[in-house]
Amino acid sequence: MDRYATMFEGLNEKNQGAFVPFVMIGDPDIDQSEAIIRQLIESGADALELGIPYSDPIADGPTIQAASIRALDNKVTVDECFALLKRVRNDFPEVPVGLLLYSNLVMAKGISGFYEKAADAGVDSILIADVPIREAGPFNAAAEEYGIAQILIAPPNATEETMEQIGEHSKGYTYLLGRAGVTGAETAANIPASELIERLNAHRCAPPLLGFGISTPAQVKDAITAGAAGAISGSATVNIIADNLDKPASMLAALGEFVGSMKAATQKD
Amino acid sequence: MNQLETKFGDFGGMYVPELLIPALDQLEKAFLDAKDDPSFNEEFLSLLKDYAGRPTSLTLTRNLVSNPKVKLYLKREDLLHGGAHKTNQVLGQALLTKRMGKTEVIAETGAGQHGVATALACALLGLKARIYMGAKDVERQAPNVFRMKLMGAEVIPVNAGSGTLKDAVNEAMRDWSANYDKAHYLLGTAAGPHPFPTIVREYHRMIGEETKAQILEKEGRLPDAVVACVGGGSNAIGMFADFIDAPSVKLVGVEPAGKGVHTSEHGATIVTGTKGILHGAYTYIMQNHEGQIEESYSVSAGLDYPAVGPQHAYLADIGRAEYVAATDEEALNAFQLLARKEGIIPALESSHALAHALNMADEAEDETIIVVNLSGRGDKDLAHVINILGDQL
Repeated sequence: MDRYATMFEGLNEKNQGAFVPFVMIGDPDIDQSEAIIRQLIESGADALELGIPYSDPIADGPTIQAASIRALDNKVTVDECFALLKRVRNDFPEVPVGLLLYSNLVMAKGISGFYEKAADAGVDSILIADVPIREAGPFNAAAEEYGIAQILIAPPNATEETMEQIGEHSKGYTYLLGRAGVTGAETAANIPASELIERLNAHRCAPPLLGFGISTPAQVKDAITAGAAGAISGSATVNIIADNLDKPASMLAALGEFVGSMKAATQKD
Repeated sequence: MNQLETKFGDFGGMYVPELLIPALDQLEKAFLDAKDDPSFNEEFLSLLKDYAGRPTSLTLTRNLVSNPKVKLYLKREDLLHGGAHKTNQVLGQALLTKRMGKTEVIAETGAGQHGVATALACALLGLKARIYMGAKDVERQAPNVFRMKLMGAEVIPVNAGSGTLKDAVNEAMRDWSANYDKAHYLLGTAAGPHPFPTIVREYHRMIGEETKAQILEKEGRLPDAVVACVGGGSNAIGMFADFIDAPSVKLVGVEPAGKGVHTSEHGATIVTGTKGILHGAYTYIMQNHEGQIEESYSVSAGLDYPAVGPQHAYLADIGRAEYVAATDEEALNAFQLLARKEGIIPALESSHALAHALNMADEAEDETIIVVNLSGRGDKDLAHVINILGDQL
């Protein structure tokens, strides 16, 4: 069984949803980023969603754009990101790790070459923000070849055709968009998303994790009550990094506290 | 699924967030419906004729070319309202915006030319325009910022990333993904995700159609070559479209070589050629080996874009069109030469095409007819050129 399925099964037994924080690998630099990622896991994150810094992130708001820029300013490379992932995987063999990135980073290594490196680094899933289902063919094929789950996005405006395709192809989990727009804690997700979740369930899509605009424990609780299998929080997590750039120890403590409170909200009644 | 082909060979496609797919599908449908609607075509044609000033002239140069075997014609898009070809497709897309029941227009602009064209079309058609412009460009292009504001558009400076055109495109796409219900993204060139490259080509194809009719009338035959500058590639694809199926006509695209294609300061994406995905399309782009997008450079802001329209990438790959590059210096020379010899001040963009056409003219051994798409006029470039040339004149 893959790590996502194992995770969802374990959480079901405990009557919990998943809390999945997102951070950018290499933000603010590789060493601190590794400490951050370890802290997230040790503080109770059920899985991780990790970005690879990119120069032109069109699906991201200012917070995550700034995280990319900090990492790129520190000359973080894709290979360094994979090396970090490998070290984390060695120490945490169970936790599902997903990558969230942009297509040109994949193309630059050749689609197959990129997925091979990702598999070698112990990555469980890949979500490419600018590859819609319509363009996903070659990426799905590489994912299949290397045993990686290609994550599909269910947007609030998803057509029936999109839903059917997610039902047919989704693996690992389904990234459920809480609202239109780009990533960011400035605009809250629209919860309940129960109507969309019902449609996903009707099409037997992989378990939905709600993302975009999730920054408080109350939103996590609402997402899970609405039927989501869990919630992803990116910009709120990255904001803690941005607010503590010159205080690495407080940064880790604040991240630990944040993850603890978000995870606590995943317990169902 | 799509009703039109989304790719040109391997190039093009729709590499955008899933969220934008319904908006792109809606646009494709509106475009196709409009194509078959006589009332749409009537309104578009009437705006092109009575508002923008089509057809534009085809001018035979008198003094520019010394080789007696060569006739060099200029397709005078510089005479169009707004000062460049851009007005054509902006009017078309603005009409589509209304057809889709949308009231707002989002656009990006580099030097401000597409922003100005968008602002004028929105003023005319009663649409609310907001235009993203890199913060550095806002500073450098104050007159165009004023023009846009004068015509009622909101200009939003973009500080993200490098603060130039590519970042303005990113920001426009971000805005669109939050507001596609009421806003149309009026992309300014034949690049970006499907259906933009096709729509922009179709709304500029009268450039080539008029040229064909005009040259047949004047010369009784097709030209040997048509030459156009290529940044994103909208004026070039508009000129090429009607000649693609006429194999005797050489299609030549001229990219900005900036300070030289072997330096890091240029924008010649096809000539230097690495493939990748930027702004929704698989095409030739400027990038480092990691896949991070690199800044382009050109003396001409309108050619300063790190990608190129996917149909150009395809035409280059199949060998139907030839792509070359002209440096800043060559373009500045052609700029001055046209002014001095013909009394026409061309845009720096178009000066790239002219520079290469003059080389072709020098080398021609047989009777040769060349048409250069003079895509815009140079008034907008005067302050910039004064800075470069100073008192050399």
